[in-house]
Amino acid sequence: MADQSRFADEAMEFMPSLYSAAMRLTHNSADAEDLVQETYLKAYRAYGGFREGTYLKAWLYKILTNTFINSYRAKRRRPEESELDEVEDLYLYRRLAQSEAADAGYSAEDRALERITDTEVKAAIEALPEAFRIPVILADVEGFSYKEIAEITDVPIGTVMSRLHRGRKGLQKALAEYGLQRGLVVAEPVER
Amino acid sequence: MTSQVPQVDCSETVAWLYEFLDGELTEERRIAIENHLNFCPPCGSVVSFESELRRVIADRCRDHVPDQLRERIQAALAELGGQASN
Repeated sequence: MADQSRFADEAMEFMPSLYSAAMRLTHNSADAEDLVQETYLKAYRAYGGFREGTYLKAWLYKILTNTFINSYRAKRRRPEESELDEVEDLYLYRRLAQSEAADAGYSAEDRALERITDTEVKAAIEALPEAFRIPVILADVEGFSYKEIAEITDVPIGTVMSRLHRGRKGLQKALAEYGLQRGLVVAEPVER
Repeated sequence: MTSQVPQVDCSETVAWLYEFLDGELTEERRIAIENHLNFCPPCGSVVSFESELRRVIADRCRDHVPDQLRERIQAALAELGGQASN
């Protein structure tokens, strides 16, 4: 049985990443702060039941996502889309603009990637419907495995994989739209 | 006695791309794709790009944590802890 007096020591290191995930879910810092605080309080109360040796970060993320779904999603004024259009494979890669010659040791692709901004990535993730946004955050920002994501979100692994595929492609399409505005990306796929 | 090396082509490599980067393939499939990448520069370029894109996404998703959030949480936990020990 885990010792509650040690909870803060063990759990506080995950606060910055929990806060970032909360920002992607709630879109604003006031709600994100409340969500993170509520997560910690719930986790503290439940910590006696946490099995030491299992993955604390995954356990905290499960509390965060459940709290979000139960408390914050319900508060939203308009219903969220749950559909995501089909997007072809390698959507972004196939649309990189060829206009720049590669510098030595640094390809045109790498240079385009380096120019993607924080604002664009965050907006692209936040534009995804939640069912797809959550697994993308868990996999691509936090590095959880499919099995861990399945446990955190309480859906079968096959569903996790399918939502990840579609969510990642949706993310690429959103990034491509930003890139188009900045001349890094072209509208139609190019032969490579 | 030679062992059979599994073969995959470019379209299979693309189909399995995410699982490959996620480290979620069976050993056999992973080796097959790595073998393919050794001999296929265009697929190598794709994998390199997708891997780098993922790194950029994670890197860009950091947020400035409000200064007082950590203190608020620790104060709230301390209060709960105080109640628990009473």
